[in-house]
Amino acid sequence: MATMAQAIRLALHYGEENLGVKDIFGEDVGPPLGGVFTCTQGLKNAWNSPLDERGIIGCAMGLAIAGQRPVAEIQFSDYIFNTIDLLKMCGNTLWCSNGIWQVPMVVMTPVGAGIHGSIYHSHSFESIMTHIQGWKIVMPSCAYDAYGLMLSAIQDPNPVMYLIPKALLRSQGEEKIPGEPENPKELSKMIDAPLGDRSQWKPKWPDLGDPKMPLGKAKIRLEGEHISVISYGRMLPLCMEAARQLADEGVDCEVIDLRTLFPYDQKTIFDSVKKTGRVVVVNEDTEVTNYGEHILRRITEDCFYYLEAPPTLLAGANVPGIGLSEPLEQASVPQLSSIINTLRKVAETA
Amino acid sequence: MLSSKEQKKIYELMVKTRVLEERLIKMNKSGQGFFWIGGPGEEAFNVPLGLLINKGEGLNHDFLHFHYRQSATLLTMGAKMIDVIRQMHNVAADPYSGGRNFVNHFAVKEWNVVNVTSPIEVQYAFCIGTGVAQARNKAKGITIVTGGDAGTAEGEFQSCLLWSSRKNRELPILIIVTNNRWGISTPQNEVHPKSGIAARAKGFGIKTAAVNGNNPLTSYEALQKAMHYVRKERKPFLMEVFVSRLYGHSSASGANWVGGEADCIREFEKQLKKKKIMKDSDFQKIRQKYEEEAKKALIEVLEEPKPDPASIFNHVFVDRKDAELV
Repeated sequence: MATMAQAIRLALHYGEENLGVKDIFGEDVGPPLGGVFTCTQGLKNAWNSPLDERGIIGCAMGLAIAGQRPVAEIQFSDYIFNTIDLLKMCGNTLWCSNGIWQVPMVVMTPVGAGIHGSIYHSHSFESIMTHIQGWKIVMPSCAYDAYGLMLSAIQDPNPVMYLIPKALLRSQGEEKIPGEPENPKELSKMIDAPLGDRSQWKPKWPDLGDPKMPLGKAKIRLEGEHISVISYGRMLPLCMEAARQLADEGVDCEVIDLRTLFPYDQKTIFDSVKKTGRVVVVNEDTEVTNYGEHILRRITEDCFYYLEAPPTLLAGANVPGIGLSEPLEQASVPQLSSIINTLRKVAETA
Repeated sequence: MLSSKEQKKIYELMVKTRVLEERLIKMNKSGQGFFWIGGPGEEAFNVPLGLLINKGEGLNHDFLHFHYRQSATLLTMGAKMIDVIRQMHNVAADPYSGGRNFVNHFAVKEWNVVNVTSPIEVQYAFCIGTGVAQARNKAKGITIVTGGDAGTAEGEFQSCLLWSSRKNRELPILIIVTNNRWGISTPQNEVHPKSGIAARAKGFGIKTAAVNGNNPLTSYEALQKAMHYVRKERKPFLMEVFVSRLYGHSSASGANWVGGEADCIREFEKQLKKKKIMKDSDFQKIRQKYEEEAKKALIEVLEEPKPDPASIFNHVFVDRKDAELV
């Protein structure tokens, strides 16, 4: 099966062939590199921009205003902070003009820890991003969703922030993307650039389809009765593993993959919490004014009388950055062990 | 050389704009509008600009990224006085923002007028994108961006110069900086180098012109040349336009007449009289005509309803879908 990086590349190829995407751009996005994570390798409409994040976001908004369907990349979300006011404008232009100007653009940017990225390649961004109104915000946790969410993001008439859990970019999916060859080696041969001189290389793209994955819909990855585990992105596979291990202890977890952080799937969340009475939100962003706090606040207000244990957030430590050394990173963001411990504690609360 | 008829038309539009702006200032001072910001002193440049724009919707027409001192350009393009007054009084019928934004913050899709924003200079970043789309389109449409001299200190101005001047990837952008020598209360010579703004563009290999924006005839001619270059060569051009700021920065600084700055309308009147194109009585008649129009518009607008509070979630997203947390 495709890796998440390949899935994004396939989606962008589908976008340029079928959805009118003429500009896939950012720093090192075009040839020869095709993105530092290879997400844009071999795409005919990928181009290199100046090293200028404000120019990149501004250009994307102008293209969207001009009726194009741009996909812009900020190489790491750690470098997106100097564009906040422009992101704000991409999100408020429709509202400020009382509906006159639509801004159909996608910005993709890798987020989170897990690759020993140190202070400036490990930031999370969802808590800040969900404070910027007028944007839809997605984060896949597997290759298949990475593909489907990108196609939906491109087709959405609003600006969409596509957060990429960078540590999962090399992970292979379990579900086949429509049109993907059976053998992952064959896919690699078709679309991965060779090492060395690539000037004569051209990818052979499979005949792809659109799985029509709506934005705003969560997916229940694992059904369970005892505790609702709400997560997304890099933390999701860890939550699944924690759930598997806790199942041996008789703790039955329901794992919800939000997939879209805004607008989020309130119904799936509330239905699950009303069923289990216990909830833990897991993400790796810093814990103060964390996105998960909003989810828990809504759960507290809307599901209060169903709750049997304190609604709990397991998030990153409130520190300025992720330290490079292994013990520092492990102490800064949730690990499998801390997820298991937290879930167990909430499950055992009388 | 512009004909007498054309010069009369320019004069009339300049006065129309001035009368409107003075009405907006009065509205602010009498509590009929919360805040005023506008362009008295920029009419001699902004009217010719409005006349020369390839007006329309889509890539084949000019994309316009303006700042909040361009009522003269909009009125010249055909905007109605009453609509600007509607925005000043923030009524529901304000066609540019539905009562959401300050006056002179225009947005007109059918003329490619992109939202005017209060943060200065962000338009220099957004114009890159319409420039890229128009460079690809290869039609006659160009991108026109305007900002003030103070805001050129922001990074977006450098972004615009850089992105538009990349070799073999040049963008058809007419980059305008109206230089009134002030940033609110900060004089230009305190915060900018002596060399001027046009000099910065030269470093990027961008052609430039310095223009007396208080003279509509030289402004018209300079704009014609610059636009011809951008349309034909599909490359950027920077105009530094020296203008006056006759009522200060905004209502925040009092919006009172500022002495000691050239008034482009008075200056143009002198020229028109000297050339025997118009006389004092013509000037008076024109002013009176627009004063009456503005007054009549105001009376109408004062009766119009304010926006519905329930409309705040409209246009958070297209079709309102998912905008409201329930």
